[in-house]
Amino acid sequence: MMLISAAMTLVVGHELQSAEPKEEKQRLRKEKKQHKKNKKDDRGPPEKEKEKEKASVPAPSKPATQSPAHKAAPVPVNASASESPVAAEKPAKSKAELRAERRARQDSERASKQGKKEGGQQSTSSKPKATPNELQPVVKRLPDHVQVDDPVALKKLAKKLERQQKSGQGCSLNITGVKVPLRSDYGYKVSLFSHLHQYSRKNPPTQQISIPVTVIHPSIVRLGLQYSQGIIAGSNARSVALLHAFKQVIQDYSTPPNEELSRDLVNKLSPYISFLSQCRPLSASMGNAIKYIKKEISNIPSQCKEEEAKRILQECIDSYINEKIILASEAISKYAIEKISDGDVILVYGCSSLVNHILCEAFEKQRKFRVIVVDSRPRLEGREALRRLVKKGIRCTYVLISALSYILPEVSKVFLGAHALLANGYVMSRVGTSQIALVAKAYNVPVLVCCETYKFCERVQTDSFVSNELDDPDDLIVTRNGKTHLENWQTVKSLGLLNLVYDVTPPDFVDLVITDLGMIPCTSVPVVLRVKNVDQ
Amino acid sequence: MPGADKETDLSERIESFLSELKRCGSGAGSLRGSAETARETTALLRRITAQARWGNAGELMEIIRKEGRRMTAAQPSETTVGNMIRRVLKIIREEYARSRGSSEETDQQESLHKLLTSGGSSEDNFRQHFTHLKANVIEAINELLTELEGTTDNISMQALEHIHSNEVIMTIGRSRTVEAFLKDAARKRKFHVIVAECAPFCQGHEMATSLCKEDIETTVIPDAAIFAVMSRVNKVIIGTQTVLANGGLRAVNGTHTLALAAKHHSTPLIVCAPMFKLSPQVPDTPYNHTKLKSVDTILYIHILSKVNAHCPVFDYVPPELITLFISNIGGNAPSYIYRLMSELYHPEDHEL
Repeated sequence: MMLISAAMTLVVGHELQSAEPKEEKQRLRKEKKQHKKNKKDDRGPPEKEKEKEKASVPAPSKPATQSPAHKAAPVPVNASASESPVAAEKPAKSKAELRAERRARQDSERASKQGKKEGGQQSTSSKPKATPNELQPVVKRLPDHVQVDDPVALKKLAKKLERQQKSGQGCSLNITGVKVPLRSDYGYKVSLFSHLHQYSRKNPPTQQISIPVTVIHPSIVRLGLQYSQGIIAGSNARSVALLHAFKQVIQDYSTPPNEELSRDLVNKLSPYISFLSQCRPLSASMGNAIKYIKKEISNIPSQCKEEEAKRILQECIDSYINEKIILASEAISKYAIEKISDGDVILVYGCSSLVNHILCEAFEKQRKFRVIVVDSRPRLEGREALRRLVKKGIRCTYVLISALSYILPEVSKVFLGAHALLANGYVMSRVGTSQIALVAKAYNVPVLVCCETYKFCERVQTDSFVSNELDDPDDLIVTRNGKTHLENWQTVKSLGLLNLVYDVTPPDFVDLVITDLGMIPCTSVPVVLRVKNVDQ
Repeated sequence: MPGADKETDLSERIESFLSELKRCGSGAGSLRGSAETARETTALLRRITAQARWGNAGELMEIIRKEGRRMTAAQPSETTVGNMIRRVLKIIREEYARSRGSSEETDQQESLHKLLTSGGSSEDNFRQHFTHLKANVIEAINELLTELEGTTDNISMQALEHIHSNEVIMTIGRSRTVEAFLKDAARKRKFHVIVAECAPFCQGHEMATSLCKEDIETTVIPDAAIFAVMSRVNKVIIGTQTVLANGGLRAVNGTHTLALAAKHHSTPLIVCAPMFKLSPQVPDTPYNHTKLKSVDTILYIHILSKVNAHCPVFDYVPPELITLFISNIGGNAPSYIYRLMSELYHPEDHEL
C-alpha cells in the first residue's frame, strides 16, 4: 500500500501546481478509501465471522467499533483534522512535505487501530464525542493474550511486533534487527487453558533482545523484566511503576522533524506497550492508565512547544497517580474505617496494598481489632502482608487457605482487595478470593471488597477460564519430607500443573464494594463506569 | 511357665503396637494407611482372644475394652482402632448369644418395653461359660480380617458404575481408596482428574504422580484454585479419615471448602469410604478439627514468635453437602449411615 501511495504522490505532485488543491485533497481521500476497501475485502470475511462470534452485548455508552461500516469515520475525521493546518500552509507545501504528511496520517490511523487492540475500547479524542444513547453494536477486538490457540492470531501478533520496529521511525530510516520479541510458551498446558500463554520465569523476554536496544526505552526494558520476574506485583504497584516509566520516556523524548508530538509520541509508545504485554499481560488498571495517557497526549495542541508539552504531560501523570491512587486510597480508608468496630476479627487474603493501608489507618485511629491473614501456595503473598501488619503492631494470626473452615467461625468481617471490577459486577482478584467469599457466605460473614474506581473495566466475564493468566508451572513444585514428587513433571506425559493467577467472584458473594466514590453494591459498577465516561 | 510366657509375649506385642500408634501420629500424615491399622488392630485382638486368660464372655469383653481404651488414648485421631474394637465386641456378643441359643434379634434391639421392665440387667447375661466360645470368636474375627482385606477391591469394583467417559473428576489430597477406584475405572474409560494438592503437606502431588503411571490425564492445582475450576468439574470423589455417626465426615483440611464449592455448582460429591471407617462419634466431640500440626511447616520466618499460626489437619464436612457414600457393601446415602452403624456396633459399645 505504501508503494502505491508513493507512486500516487509522484503523479499527484506533478499535477499539484496546476490543479485546485481542494479537489486534490478529495481525490486523494477517495483513492485512499478505495485502497482501504480493497484491503478490507481480502481480510474482511474471515475476520468479520470471527468478530461476530465474539461480539458482546451492545453497551449503550460505547460506540467503539471494528466493523467496516465505521471504518470510514476515522478517515475523514483524521483527514479533516489534518486539513486545517494543511490549508493554512498550502502555498508553502512541497512534494516531500505532502508525502510526509500522508505518511503521518497513515501512521496515526495504524496507531489508533492498535490503540483499539490494546484498550479494547476507543476513547481517543480524534473521534467526535459520542452520545451515550448511541446503540451501535459493539464488536470488540479480542485481546491477543487470550488467543494463543489460534494460529492466525499468533501470526498477526508476530507481524505486528515486527512492524512496530518501523512504525515509530518512518520509512526513510532503515533500522535493521531489533524488534519486540515474541515470547514462547513453556511446558505442557492444561487443555482447558490452551488459549492462554504460559511463560517460564527462567526465560525472560529480555534474553531475546540484543544490546543496545534502539526501539525500546531502557526504563521500559527494566520495567518489563521486573514484571516478568514478579519483582513488581500487585495492581497498584504495577500501574504506578508503569506511569513513572512513561514519565521517564516522555522526559527523554524528542520530536523528530516534521512530526507532531501528539501523534508521534503515541506511536512511540505502542512498541513499548507490546513489549510490556509480552512480559506480562496488562492488568485492567494498567490498561486504563495507558488509555488516559494516550488521550492526554492526543489532546496536546499542535502549536504547543515541546518543553511545554512535556511539562504538561508530566503534570498529568502526576495528578493521575495522586488522584486515582493516593487520594483514592485515603477516601476508601475513611469509608472503610467506619465499618471497623472495636473487638472485630478481620480476615484478609494475600497482600493487597489498599487493604493493608486501611488496616494500618484503622489501627492508628485506635480501633481495637485483630487480623487473620489467609495465605495460599504457591505465591505466599500473605507473608508480606503479615510482615507489614506486625511491624505496625497489629495482632495477627496466620493460616493457609485450606484451614479456612477452621478459622471462619471466629471471624466477624472479611476485607478483600480487587484487581479489577468487571461491568457485570464480578470481582476479578487473586485466585482464592472467590473461595474465601464462598465460605464466608456459608458462615454468614460479611464480605467487603475495596477497590479504586480506576480499576473498573468494561469487560464482562462469568468464569475464570476465558480470560486469565497462567503463571510459571514450576512454582508448584515443592519438597516435603525430602521428596519432590513433581520434580520431573515435564517427562510424565499425562501430568499437567496449573498455576492460575486470577479468578472471578460472583456478585452474590460480595456484600459491599468500598470505592473512592462511596460504598456501593457490586451491581452498581456499570453505573460508575457510565458516570465516569460522561465526565470524560 | 508357658502361660506367663504367653502373657508377657502378648503384653509386649500390645506395647509395641501402642508405641507405633503414638509414633505414626507425629509424622507428617500417617505412615501407614487406615486399612493397615485396622488389620493390625484386628490381628492383635485375635491374639488377645487366643492368648489372654478369660473364663467367660464378660471377662473377655472387659480385657478388650481395657486394651482398647489404652489404644485409643495413644492416638485419638486414628479412629479405626476404636472401630475395630467395637466390631470385635459386637462379634463376641453375637457369638455368645448364638451359643446360648437365643435369637440375635431380641438381644440387639433395646425396645422401650424391655428397657423399662428389665432395668439394665444385661450385664449378667455374659457370665456363662461356653467351651466353644473361644473358637467361634476367633473364627468370626478371621472372617472380619478377610473382609478387611477385600474392602479396597470391593470399592474399586463399583468404579465403572459411577464414572463415564470424558468426565472431569476432582479430588483432594491422597486417598488410597480413591486411587484404586480411579485406576480401576481408567482401565476401561478415559477421563481427566484434577487433584488439589493439599497444602501444607501436598499429598496431592504423590496422588497425581501415582495416577499418571496409569496414563490418567491429571492436573495438579493449588488449593486456592478449587472454586475457580469447579465449574468444569463433573464429579468430586474424595476419601476420608472417618465417617461420623450423623453421616458427616472428618476429612483432610480443605475438604469443607471443596464440598461447599461442589454444592454451589451442584456437582455431586462422592465419598469412597470402607466400612471400617464408620465411627459412632458425633461432630461435637473433641479432636473434631484439631490435631494441629507443628506450624513451622507453614511459617518459617522470624516473626513466628509474634503471630499465632494454625495448621489444622482435619475438617468437618456436614452430611448435607455429601451426595453418596461408596463402601465395600455398596452405595448409600448419608441419611442411611446411622442404620448401617447400628448393624455394625452395639449401642453399649459406643463409649468404650
